[in-house]
Amino acid sequence: MSQKPARSLTLFLLLAPAVLWLGLLIVLPHVEILVLSFSERVAPRVYAFGFGNYLEFFTEPLYWRTFARTAIMSIIVTALTLVLAFPIALYIARVAQGRLKAMLLLLCLLPFWVSELVRTLGWMILLRETGIISYTLRAIGLADQPVELLYNDGAVILGLVYGGLLFMIVPLANALESLEPSVVEAGFDLGGSRWTVLRRIVIPHAMPGIVAGSIIVFMLTVGNFATPVLLGGKNGLWFTEQIYAQFITRFNWPQGAAFGMLLLMLSSAIVWAGLRLTGQSLGTTLKQA
Amino acid sequence: MNRPSLSWKLYIAAFYIFLFAPLLVVAIFAFNASPFPSPPWRGFTLEWFTGTGTAVGKPGVLVDPIWLDTIANSFKVAIPVALLAVLIGTVNAWVLERAEFPGKTFLSMMMLWPLVIPGVVLGISILAFFSRVANGLEEWLQTDLDFLRPGLSLVVLGQLSFILTISTLIIAARLRKFDRSLEEAAFDLGASRVRVLRTITLPFLRPALIGAGLVALLMSFENFNTTLMLVGSEAPLPITMYGQMREGASPAINAVSLLLMLGVGGIASVFALTSKAER
Repeated sequence: MSQKPARSLTLFLLLAPAVLWLGLLIVLPHVEILVLSFSERVAPRVYAFGFGNYLEFFTEPLYWRTFARTAIMSIIVTALTLVLAFPIALYIARVAQGRLKAMLLLLCLLPFWVSELVRTLGWMILLRETGIISYTLRAIGLADQPVELLYNDGAVILGLVYGGLLFMIVPLANALESLEPSVVEAGFDLGGSRWTVLRRIVIPHAMPGIVAGSIIVFMLTVGNFATPVLLGGKNGLWFTEQIYAQFITRFNWPQGAAFGMLLLMLSSAIVWAGLRLTGQSLGTTLKQA
Repeated sequence: MNRPSLSWKLYIAAFYIFLFAPLLVVAIFAFNASPFPSPPWRGFTLEWFTGTGTAVGKPGVLVDPIWLDTIANSFKVAIPVALLAVLIGTVNAWVLERAEFPGKTFLSMMMLWPLVIPGVVLGISILAFFSRVANGLEEWLQTDLDFLRPGLSLVVLGQLSFILTISTLIIAARLRKFDRSLEEAAFDLGASRVRVLRTITLPFLRPALIGAGLVALLMSFENFNTTLMLVGSEAPLPITMYGQMREGASPAINAVSLLLMLGVGGIASVFALTSKAER
């Protein structure tokens, strides 16, 4: 008879950490920035409800342009990552066998165990005016003065693509793994060219991996901070930088909270649209990765 | 498709060079006897690791208090994060795999949620929320609550907010494979609940517990976005590295990076070994 209360007490104790974690570290903090984003300063230290922070975003060109730029660059980065990663994933999943396959996958994983800052430092040493590429170009006579390859959009895209590759290769390779070789052969036997087989058989089969990889790469890219700031310098102009500036440098928390909500909405909208388009659920997508 | 063309093979080779070039460059220039991490090569030196500062102008990272303090700060964050991630992750895994209650699907969806929130947003939301809590409590209690202000304790909370999802998933995946008849057999033989947990269930979970702890340790050590928003005067390693990289280059950062790579490589191989033992 005393089983039931004892059982619900156990359940309560088991649930407590999860509820505290999600409540105190996720839900309430997000409620807090949502509320904060709708508060305006009407007098020193006096705040009132209002849409001013969002209006400021739409009226100040620097803000919405940075936002749009971040979104567009992230889409470019995601597309480039997909194109670059696909042949690698196809090779790992379909061509490489046994130990070579395990090694190729492990070699892909290794750089990503290392901190993002270390990888960015490597690119800075390669790309800067006094860096290795500039030095080599001069040494072999292709340039007669130092070449600055850092602090432009190309460098930012390069760094972000580099950072996203692994998160594209792994889901792609997982999806391609289950492709039956006989199906591909049938495609060739029926007279399909390489390109037709790729387009009509291989890519549709890899779709779950493509979606999972793209969503993860986009999320990571939009939310990135160090890579665009360090490789782009003053020209980096990433939206996370605006959030940081409002919160930490200018101490305008309501404005920063509004920016945070906008970033969260952008990121969630893309995840939702990607899942909706292909009819997948978040759980299975995250499992792909 | 089984005979890859030459251009495909060349592409694969070029890709792996591209993948490792930045890391190699960082490692090599940690040993260059020049005040800047750039060519030309001026000879091999260990000054950036153990030097006293007479030769290159700055002390090596293993004797420089700035770097030693920042590495210590990283451990002060990473160790509590890893321990709490394993402890709470195990309880969460139990809830997901063993408990039955209304709203369980909702809870398991909620647990995945932190992974789709940008790290910067996690950081500012926790910063804003805990500042409000601290303001309220301080007024009420009339004392300072510094652990709720930007600083290492807040960094621990911020990192836990998403690392807990990872540790929960790792441990739950292992718990799902557990054959419950083993526990039943032990109960039938008269073992108490605590004893069954200690002698059967936890030993089975051990590889996942170690794996989750190591992953949490790594993620904590390398986290930048969330940490940046919550950090106070004591900075963990990625924050100090970022600051130094913005100021200008010095091979000291390369030396720290190389040490970090070696440490990460060590942890990653332990992780690979434990996950191999799992299979």
